[in-house]
Amino acid sequence: MTSIILLSVFGILNLFLGFLRSNKVLLPGAMLLLLAVFGANYADWNVVHAPYFNNMLVVDNYTVAFTGIVLLTTILLLPFSRSYVVSGETNLAEYYALLLFSLVGAIMMVGYDHLLMLFVGIEILSICMYVLAGSNKRDSRSNEAALKYFLMGAFATGILLFGVALLYGATGTFALSRLAAAVANPANATLQPMLYIGILMMIIGIGFKVSAAPFHFWTPDVYEGTPTFFTAFMSTVVKTAGFAAFLKLLAVALPAAQGFWMPTIQAMCALTLLLGNVGAAAQTNTKRMLAYSSVSHAGYLLIGLVASKGMLTGDAASGIFFYSLAYSIATVAAFGVLKLVAEHRQDDSYAGLNGLGKTNPLLAFTMTVAMLSLAGIPLTGGFFGKFFLLAAAVGQGYIGLVVFAVVMSMVGLYYYLRPIIAMYMQPAPADATPVPVDGIQTVTLIVLALLTIILGIAPGFLSGIL
Amino acid sequence: MLTAVLLFLPLAAALLLLFTKGAATRTLALGASLLEFGLAVYAAFAFKTTGSASFNLNYHWIPSAGINFHIGLDGLSLLLVLLTTFLVPLILLSAFKHNYDNSSSFYALVLFMQTGLLGVFVSLDAFLFYFFWEVALIPIYFLAGAWGGERRVAVTLKFFLYTVVGSLLMLAGFVYLYLQTGPAAGSLAQHSSELSAFYNLKLSASEQSWLFWLIFAAFAVKMPIFPFHTWQPDTYTEAPAPATMLLAGIMLKMGIYGTLRWLLPVVPLGVSQWQKPVIILAVIGVIYGAIIAIRQRDMKRLIAYSSLSHVGLMAAGVFSLTQIGLQGAVIQMLAHGVNVVGMFFVADAIERRTGTRFIPDLGGLTRRTPILSVCFLVMLLSTVALPLTGGFVGEFLLLAGVYQYNAWVGAIAGLTIIFSAVYLLRMFQRVMLGPDSSFSETITDLTGGELLILAPLMVLVFWLGLFPGLFLSLSEPAVTNILGLVGR
Repeated sequence: MTSIILLSVFGILNLFLGFLRSNKVLLPGAMLLLLAVFGANYADWNVVHAPYFNNMLVVDNYTVAFTGIVLLTTILLLPFSRSYVVSGETNLAEYYALLLFSLVGAIMMVGYDHLLMLFVGIEILSICMYVLAGSNKRDSRSNEAALKYFLMGAFATGILLFGVALLYGATGTFALSRLAAAVANPANATLQPMLYIGILMMIIGIGFKVSAAPFHFWTPDVYEGTPTFFTAFMSTVVKTAGFAAFLKLLAVALPAAQGFWMPTIQAMCALTLLLGNVGAAAQTNTKRMLAYSSVSHAGYLLIGLVASKGMLTGDAASGIFFYSLAYSIATVAAFGVLKLVAEHRQDDSYAGLNGLGKTNPLLAFTMTVAMLSLAGIPLTGGFFGKFFLLAAAVGQGYIGLVVFAVVMSMVGLYYYLRPIIAMYMQPAPADATPVPVDGIQTVTLIVLALLTIILGIAPGFLSGIL
Repeated sequence: MLTAVLLFLPLAAALLLLFTKGAATRTLALGASLLEFGLAVYAAFAFKTTGSASFNLNYHWIPSAGINFHIGLDGLSLLLVLLTTFLVPLILLSAFKHNYDNSSSFYALVLFMQTGLLGVFVSLDAFLFYFFWEVALIPIYFLAGAWGGERRVAVTLKFFLYTVVGSLLMLAGFVYLYLQTGPAAGSLAQHSSELSAFYNLKLSASEQSWLFWLIFAAFAVKMPIFPFHTWQPDTYTEAPAPATMLLAGIMLKMGIYGTLRWLLPVVPLGVSQWQKPVIILAVIGVIYGAIIAIRQRDMKRLIAYSSLSHVGLMAAGVFSLTQIGLQGAVIQMLAHGVNVVGMFFVADAIERRTGTRFIPDLGGLTRRTPILSVCFLVMLLSTVALPLTGGFVGEFLLLAGVYQYNAWVGAIAGLTIIFSAVYLLRMFQRVMLGPDSSFSETITDLTGGELLILAPLMVLVFWLGLFPGLFLSLSEPAVTNILGLVGR
């Protein structure tokens, strides 16, 4: 709760700091504020709080854990915003403020205990993201991305809201715990069609937000057009919060309707893995590849939902936490490097990365670690993320799905190796100069690589915490 | 503790290397690898030969899942640790002969790879084993991919995908086994991935039947066994010489070692069920590799196929499930490691002097290079398995093991000695003897530095050939132990 209040206050404060128009103050300021929020959030770990706002919002370990991921991700992402100032961008303070506000939405999505709170959270997050997607005002691709994202997003929110209404109609409540009781109550059996349509619509709505197939088609275009910095935010924070909300919805409110949603989620999962991985393999542009890769990772996370079997604790929930963390860190690293390189070389295809190992060893190394982590190779956090999730699913007996996921991750190897090949095994262009990287970015790149490796070597301290 | 030092010393040195430049790089890399060898020799002296592992270290790694950081050395592990630590300094010395770009990264990757390899040989926990198994792959991929020949990108991609797919199947097998285990004593987790927990599992024959192939997939690709070998000749040819030596000299042994430690005793019923097809595949590999080797005109490629042929025999010996066959495989792992590194080094020495390794372009080199010729011949005859050399002891025991399994298969596998004499002596004849080529007058003999690399290898060739008893006695309790578990 403190984190929500702090973020709202800091967001407004940031707007006022805008008159400084200097990233020298704004960036460290925003990072410090976020670190303070991170600390406040951490202080809530293992502390029992009464629910807030008439039982609409709960702060438990689940909330704290996922809030921690989105905050950490944002802190690590911020240093890569820097060049916006260099290129004469004037509205930097507003972007930072929007980022902070969107985090409020993300935390509400994680901590909701009431469907209205979920809706409000999703809307806060989404509206900020619509604006940020179009923040590169003079670029038509950015405008296109914002429009596409807004139309699709608004459509999805509409469906979600319709689902909420139907659920309310079937059960007479918005509160998760009372929903669960009402769904489990055999007396409500006659209302089942309404209930099931409501659940389906909610799954579709959230499926849009986390870009799970078949509701992922907007992802590549929007990711490509959006300024890379905000793409990174979209594919990490939005996805993490979305999955935390998804798991909570299925596990707390709808465990009794498992017979209905389980096959739906399984089908979505298989389809997402297939379309995400096969789509990514066909790309030649690193940013589009990362967009499809983020779809494929939604697929792996959906396995966690399947394996959770309607439980908010245990192997699968811990697996989703670990996976989201490892995925977010690796994705921030990948997008961060890509942004620096693409801005310098004006090329975001694989060829744009050629010879980076020679010109910028640190960038190339961080990118390599990120790619290996996303591919799930040992020594990186991504391996243990996949391992925990898939082991949990095998433990629940979903062998077929896991085999399919493993086959798909073999496809993943192919496209994650391509940036690595470009960086280390292709010569740099003749006129290539080192990509300029400032001090704080250097530190962040090292931290990102180290965090990924630490998660890959000593996962014990974060595994099984939920 | 000693095992942990052995394991992490190369890694620490690798990290340090990244911050050094120039001559300091070479000194540090070589110094660390020699220190590492010294430690391994010390471990060998301090080692008490028993069936179980000594120098154990067991920490909780992922407590919530019952996965431990458990390492230790038994006779078998110790021999492979000795082989690895013995070969790495020599491989580094051979790398010094080349002026690779970014040499500090190159040496760092070699040492990093050493940690991965040693980790494979000392792990006593399934997931730790898998972890190091993949850790060993990453540096060699970069070594081959970044410093390799012209076709390196496609070739190393194929190599990487092949091996990772194999290892993922192994991981799937391990996860299944892990979920069958009960909690370890004093652990909160429901399952355990300890090697001993896997040994204690009671699985039905049908489960073991498919588990066998899941786990064997990784080992079959790594060795490689026919028909999983297609990555091997290309990768050996395209990789820079030191990386090829790592691949053929040590990495290949991961497959044999894995089979001995993680396959035979874990799914014994599966092994007895598939013993025959695997031996037949292995023997096909022996003959196939040899026949293709005869036709090769690139020295590196010829040695690659020869290696394929020899590893087939090792696999056949292992799957004969006889004491003599397994002991033969252990000795042959050492002998082959020494031989193949020596052969690749000689081929590399010739290529560095002449700029080619294409056999028809060479000839009549021996007049100006008597020392090189002698070294070449020693390595070659050991590979052919001439008595007095290490290769003879290994192949003789292996063939005896296969013969015990089935006389006909043994006889066919025995053709390997004749075939390898054919292709290797032909190569020697065309490269060193034969009509003069444009290089016969200008080529220079081995330098002292190069001899320093080949001399230890030759010493070991004869040591293994004349007094194999020391090595055999080290591995015997471990091998007996494994066979006891297979027969349970």
